Amino acid sequence: MNNSGVDKTRRQFLTNALTVVGAVGTGFVAVPFLSQMQPSVKAKATGAPVQVNLSRLEPGQLIRVEWRGKPVWILNRTEAALSTLTPLESELSDPDSAESLQPAAAKNSTRSLKPEIFVAIGLCTHLGCSPTYRPEIAPTDLGKDWQGGFFCPCHGSKFDIAGRVYSSMPAPTNLEIPPYRYIDDNTIVIGDNA
Amino acid sequence: MKTLLTVIFSLFAFTCSASGKIELMHANIDLSDNVSLKRGAEHYVTYCLGCHSAKHIRYLRIAEDFELTEDVVLKDIAPVGASIYDPMLSAMDKHDSKYWFGNVPPDLSLIARSRGSDWLYTYLKSFYRDTTKTHGTNNALFKDVGMPNVLWKLQGEQVPHYSDEKNQVISSLSLARPGELSPDEFDTVITDLVNFLDYVGEPAKLKRQQMGKYVLFFILILGFIAYLLKKEYWKDIH
Amino acid sequence: MNSPRFNNFVNWILARFPLTKVWNEHLAKYYTPKNFNFWYFFGSLALLVLVIQFATGIMLTINYKPDSALAFDSVEYIMRDVDWGWLIRYMHSTGASAFFIVVYLHMFRGLLYGSFKKPRELVWIFGMLIYVCLMAESFMGYLLPWGQMSYWGAQVIISLFSAIPIVGEDLSLWIRGDYVVADATLNRFFAFHVAAIPLVLVLLVFLHIVALHQVGSNNPDGIEIKENKGPDGIPVDGIPFHPYYTVKDIVGICVFLFFFSVVLFYMPELEGYFLEHANFIPADPLQTPEHIAPLWYFTPFYAILRAVPDKFAGVLAMGGAIFVLFLLPWLDTVKVKSIRYRGGIYKKALFLFVISFFGLGYLGMQAPTPNATIAARLLTVVYFSFFLLMPIYTRWEKFKAVPKRLTSNSSIGDQLPLIKQAVADITQDTVVTTKSGKTIHLKTPNPSGLRSASVDLAKKMKDSLD
Repeated sequence: MNNSGVDKTRRQFLTNALTVVGAVGTGFVAVPFLSQMQPSVKAKATGAPVQVNLSRLEPGQLIRVEWRGKPVWILNRTEAALSTLTPLESELSDPDSAESLQPAAAKNSTRSLKPEIFVAIGLCTHLGCSPTYRPEIAPTDLGKDWQGGFFCPCHGSKFDIAGRVYSSMPAPTNLEIPPYRYIDDNTIVIGDNA
Repeated sequence: MKTLLTVIFSLFAFTCSASGKIELMHANIDLSDNVSLKRGAEHYVTYCLGCHSAKHIRYLRIAEDFELTEDVVLKDIAPVGASIYDPMLSAMDKHDSKYWFGNVPPDLSLIARSRGSDWLYTYLKSFYRDTTKTHGTNNALFKDVGMPNVLWKLQGEQVPHYSDEKNQVISSLSLARPGELSPDEFDTVITDLVNFLDYVGEPAKLKRQQMGKYVLFFILILGFIAYLLKKEYWKDIH
Repeated sequence: MNSPRFNNFVNWILARFPLTKVWNEHLAKYYTPKNFNFWYFFGSLALLVLVIQFATGIMLTINYKPDSALAFDSVEYIMRDVDWGWLIRYMHSTGASAFFIVVYLHMFRGLLYGSFKKPRELVWIFGMLIYVCLMAESFMGYLLPWGQMSYWGAQVIISLFSAIPIVGEDLSLWIRGDYVVADATLNRFFAFHVAAIPLVLVLLVFLHIVALHQVGSNNPDGIEIKENKGPDGIPVDGIPFHPYYTVKDIVGICVFLFFFSVVLFYMPELEGYFLEHANFIPADPLQTPEHIAPLWYFTPFYAILRAVPDKFAGVLAMGGAIFVLFLLPWLDTVKVKSIRYRGGIYKKALFLFVISFFGLGYLGMQAPTPNATIAARLLTVVYFSFFLLMPIYTRWEKFKAVPKRLTSNSSIGDQLPLIKQAVADITQDTVVTTKSGKTIHLKTPNPSGLRSASVDLAKKMKDSLD
């Protein structure tokens, strides 16, 4: 071995060049390894838009359909239930849904396209439990001020009948409204708002 | 030692000699020809899907890979009522088919990978009239196959010529009655169909081949720099 | 990087973990002979392939389903519906074959330069154990796609165990967990393939490297560099592994990755040698494919199995063909390590052994015709004679003088003029006039040059065996 007369800068330059090109290569290799953990085409296919016929949905009735593996609620709200929405606004954390997720067309006082039909993803925005539908007024376990709405059994978050969260609850925002549209008066498509 | 080697090599030569079967014709397919692939998909749905599913391919994937809109795929390719997310499934009942053909027609998703495109091309062109069979046809490549010649209306009827009549060794086939298509047109149909089956066997094949050259180019650059660095360091060693 | 905070952190680590010590002992101050040639790339390449197999294998288990009803479809699901799944899967399937190519070359290096000899017997034994583990690993992994070849290959190989007298039937039943290869077999093979054997492999690779670094690497001259130390206690002919062999191995890795990628992107099935055609048909317990052969890396042993006309003896011969490799350090007791200084007898024997290995490998893929069986028997005898007669034929070996210091290797740069000269010898310039009137100088083969070159080559090859 003989280290005298070695071109140190060339050596350093080549080392750096190899490191950089090697790092870029590692980056390229990382892409397939990481993106293969993304939802597959099969997952996306089962997450395709879902059509629901509403003609048999009674007033006050809530049905659950599955979209992308999540429960989606469709609730036919009565006049009485809708009338509770405005008086409650002072008790809510985000009454205008400014911080919450919903399609632009559903960002209104009833959080829906048609006032009586409420569509929402039935998962609490806190940690993803599915709240229970509690339409009754003032039940013993929820207190005399309860006007009907949704109650999350995991950590006690309370939502009104438009999925809006009460103040000082673990859940940070209102329930999410999925994209949906009406293809005729009685049929909606969930997962597609085009 | 020389004699030993001669013995070994001559034995190899013996084992290599193939048995006499009809020679495969070359399928002139092109996976980058989206027009041919689309026609192949249409033929598949018209003539094959009745019996043979291709459950590993979805119409959505076909739309993406052939650069077609979803509406075109649903209108031109998919059977009525199919969703764009559906795999290519046959509507045939398994019990019925077992009764009709003696067994369940296989799924064809991977047929091009197990058989090869040349085999498929030759097979589809090797049906001939055989009145001893229930379906009235037999196949020179796949003897006594359970599948009837579903394309006979297009192709017409072929008859066999034997090189050895007693043992039924077929040397060639010729067209006895022309079909709706000329031989050239029929050839295009088969080529498109085989092209489509080759695609279905491995939808990522074209992408894989296209990617290859970039990867190899990158490795060459990396290797060149590595070689320079190695030369530089090894100047120390005498 | 030289901030006091960073130094504190480094010192905190070093007080608790011998990072510098490990680095020095195994890389920066691990002295390796300076004359490593082509054959010395395959150790580091084997390690690279191991890493590729681990990374891609873990990724595949994310989407694979070890269930006989779902396995085949889940592989196709990976190939189609999973983002980049095809690439990961092909990397794994190509990696399996690449592993055996690299390991076979690595082992052959050992035969060439006597790397298994004293004091490296344990290095060889650990290496052989790695090889056996690899065979188990690839055999079990090959069942997982649940294709026709997976199924019937496993059926045949597991049935081998039933040849063992008395306990055989019960043993093969115990391995399968069912009366034939079935869901239970698939599930347990999955467990062994992804968890048990990889753990053993990692342990063995660790032991292989530790044992190697204890005694130091052999080299193409087969001389112990430790016997010739300078005043500083460093072997005169040794150079630190890092940076010299790290930068050299990176070049080797790039060359390997180039060939690996050619297969991966352009011919992942490699004409059925890396992925068999019949394995694209789902496993069917009622119908055996017309022709079944194991993957290429098992075919030499499969040919030996078929060559023996008795079931149990065949199994013994097959096992023996692998076991005899373990005994190599004690069969070849010649002190001279490198083939460079060994006699013609060993060279010829090794040449015949290579022929027998390739020949058996070829025959193992073919249908067992009577002629093929005769050839396989002949080659089986050659295979075993190479090892078992070693103590006898090496007695007559005449050795060349072994030098005291390492000889230098000629580099590619030195050989370039020779290659140029060889090309000039076998070609001739011809002037061709095209239709458009242009004249082109073409290099065409020169028949007499070719003839004399091939005679020279044959002569050289013959000389190299003396």
